[in-house]
Amino acid sequence: MSELARGHTGFVPSLRRINALVYRHVYLLRSSGPRILELVYWPTVQMILWGFITVFLIGHSSWIAQASGVLLSGVLLWDVLFRGQLGVSLVFMEEMWSRNLGHLFVSPLRPFELGCALIVMSLIRTLIGVGGAALIAIPLFHYSIFNMGLPLLAFFLNLIIMGWSIGLLVSGIVLRYGLGAESMAWIAIFAVQPISGVYYPISTLPTWLQYLAALLPSSHVFEGMRAVLFDHSFRVDLLLHAVLLNALYLTAGFVSFLTFFRIARVRGQLLHVGE
Amino acid sequence: MSPPVVSVSRLSKHFDSVIAVDDVSFEVAAHSTTALLGGNGAGKTTTLSMLLGLLLPTSGSISVFGVDMLRERYRALPRLNFSSPYVDLPRRLTVRENLTVYARLYGIIDISARIRALSEELQIGRFLNRPYGQLSAGEKTRVVLAKALLNEPELMLLDEPTASLDPDTADYVRGMLEAYRRRTGTTILLASHNMSEVERLCDDVVMLRAGKLVDRGTPAQLLTRYGRQNMEEVFIDIARQRHLELAPSGKPAAKP
Repeated sequence: MSELARGHTGFVPSLRRINALVYRHVYLLRSSGPRILELVYWPTVQMILWGFITVFLIGHSSWIAQASGVLLSGVLLWDVLFRGQLGVSLVFMEEMWSRNLGHLFVSPLRPFELGCALIVMSLIRTLIGVGGAALIAIPLFHYSIFNMGLPLLAFFLNLIIMGWSIGLLVSGIVLRYGLGAESMAWIAIFAVQPISGVYYPISTLPTWLQYLAALLPSSHVFEGMRAVLFDHSFRVDLLLHAVLLNALYLTAGFVSFLTFFRIARVRGQLLHVGE
Repeated sequence: MSPPVVSVSRLSKHFDSVIAVDDVSFEVAAHSTTALLGGNGAGKTTTLSMLLGLLLPTSGSISVFGVDMLRERYRALPRLNFSSPYVDLPRRLTVRENLTVYARLYGIIDISARIRALSEELQIGRFLNRPYGQLSAGEKTRVVLAKALLNEPELMLLDEPTASLDPDTADYVRGMLEAYRRRTGTTILLASHNMSEVERLCDDVVMLRAGKLVDRGTPAQLLTRYGRQNMEEVFIDIARQRHLELAPSGKPAAKP
């Protein structure tokens, strides 16, 4: 082995490689103001829209009047899920657009480490985007989602983990089917929005859809969010449901990503992807 | 005698009904420069991709540094590197950022010193802080070579290392590769269409056509065997299957 380099096996080298890939995307982010602006733009626009809807509905809906932050909390937490998923998928597609996968996978980087780096970058992007919108909501609508306290952290973690799981699945699909499938990154998550109960209780759904909703970590999180806002109680049962489901989701996300990666190696797609 | 650095045995790759590589076996000796030659679609890039582990073979085995690349490629990857015109670096990152990222991936201890040394060796210092995407083809080639040399690899796999370069830049790259091999004793396996490059750099030539290994030897042996003055004529003989009528008798000189 070259004397220039450290060892390559074990936990620390693995962290070092994840860190290297995170640096690659931090370099990209910090070199482009528009990219950072874009991260904050949509969550902020959504927050402003639902903020004014809330202002209007407070005078027309007793339900909203009981907990005026329910829609704003919903939209901000939904964006945690959406941005979490988008962060993983977009950062992965960035490697495909730049035709860089061949170099990456000839280096000692493992696919699992790439997945971890995607997750770290997704966290950074989500904190910038949704965090920015949440801060802007404080002076604009006199509403701070941070007043939820510790439950907010539990909601945030569960939603972003679900987003990572779907993001890893979508990244695998894009690797398998090529950039023709990249629109999946923007639309996939919206399939679960109607049954996640972002803006209304799960009981609003038909019974058969409620069974489906129970399989989503997000539906338990949003029910838990309403319990905090309306009843001022933290539902541990809902949290446990979400955590258990997310353990399955994240495992499935990584397994699907690694499976699609192997298929890409069989089909020769690592060397011939790009714009 | 050192064991071969690369050992390929009965390697095949099928894409559905297309046979890209068909039962190919060869070895690459330590400290040698070996060329994989063949026309378009001969299977050069596919073979290199399988050697690197980017592509899984349909059958056969690949050993690099004695490591089974199908089972334990991560043991060998830190000791090799590659460049290819089919693979790019992130265009919006500067050259320095790109090299820093890969230096971290390869676990380089003193990254600044390594980049400084490579920027002197490859004369890339003046555009270290420019985005990679803004460089000319020649400048990009130097940067990709710098990336390929970051870990001071014991094996370099180069896919068409001078493709789309002007003669001056191509000559510079060949000279750099010669000097690097002399200095470090690295083993080089390159795929190329450029016959003067092969004559200048290579100790051994593996000829592929339609996925099959059709001939191999030193450039001098191949020139004698085909009765030709240069490797370009040998290449054309093999590409047009003229060698088939010659091989059984062993008589030299395929006629145009």
